[in-house]
Amino acid sequence: MDLIREVTQQYLKTDIPDFRPGDSLKVHVRLKEGEKERIQIFEGLVVARKHGGVSETFTVRKISSGIGVERTFPLNSPSVAKVEVTRRGRVRRAKLYYIRGLRGKAARIRERSQVR
Amino acid sequence: MVRGILGKKVGMTQIFDDDGRAVPVTVVEAGPCIVVQRKSTKRDGYEAVQLGLVESTPRRNAPKPIRGHFAAAGVPPTRLTAEVPVDADDESKPGDSVLADIFGADEKVHVIGRSKGKGFQGVIKRHGFGGGRATHGSMFHRAPGSIGRSAWPSRVFPGQKMPGQHGNATITVKNVTVVKVDTDRNLLFLKGGVPGARNSYIRIVKV
Repeated sequence: MDLIREVTQQYLKTDIPDFRPGDSLKVHVRLKEGEKERIQIFEGLVVARKHGGVSETFTVRKISSGIGVERTFPLNSPSVAKVEVTRRGRVRRAKLYYIRGLRGKAARIRERSQVR
Repeated sequence: MVRGILGKKVGMTQIFDDDGRAVPVTVVEAGPCIVVQRKSTKRDGYEAVQLGLVESTPRRNAPKPIRGHFAAAGVPPTRLTAEVPVDADDESKPGDSVLADIFGADEKVHVIGRSKGKGFQGVIKRHGFGGGRATHGSMFHRAPGSIGRSAWPSRVFPGQKMPGQHGNATITVKNVTVVKVDTDRNLLFLKGGVPGARNSYIRIVKV
């Protein structure tokens, strides 16, 4: 297993800010359109983070024109250009799948104080 | 040139290609191997080399006949030996080393290994039969069902799918893509899965 960690070391990102489920993010996604490359921003709430070395992924949920959209990103993928934390949320669960069944006021998440 | 190498499965992971896509890979410690014997058309009726896989811990207590076989080549005994094909103009001789650098990225290879043993299994796991309904009094669950007609042919045709040993068989996976070669550490990154468990031996042969 150690050899696996060693060979995947070079693919790991070091510039990822610390973020947890409950936080809100702006994910800068690299898109290839033919020859051109541009950045698109996907902004929403982190509902899950699945660890696993290079294979680590995180799921971001947003409400797009009334419809809930979730997108799962490979954290170490070069197509994820940048991750910005916009808000820290206080939650008591590691996976916020329950938020799918809630809307509006009920789906609010309390802000986490930064002092901890 | 030698057209194959022996290796040991390290495990699976994923790496990213130039477009940022995640590629599932099996990491294989391929070699270093040494040529133990050169099979020739004149002597053996076919052309091949017998390779030995050099591991970090050397083989001790090899039986005397085996020790003699390795001594004839002038190389230390290895746990695994296997034959791989060679090019027509191959001039390798016992003692030569074969490294992972005989392969390049994007090359297609065949991978031969021994699959994980599953023991004696029924037809559902072994052959993918559908099985019957679990409830509502179906009385037919995981049984194989009919195995053929009656008066004619009065026998079961060869090859009829039935329960039996599943896995622990030599499996060849063809046209596996080499994604990356790490010549420093003798590692091959093969796209997708290969037969066997971690630390099991595999043979990688050029297409």
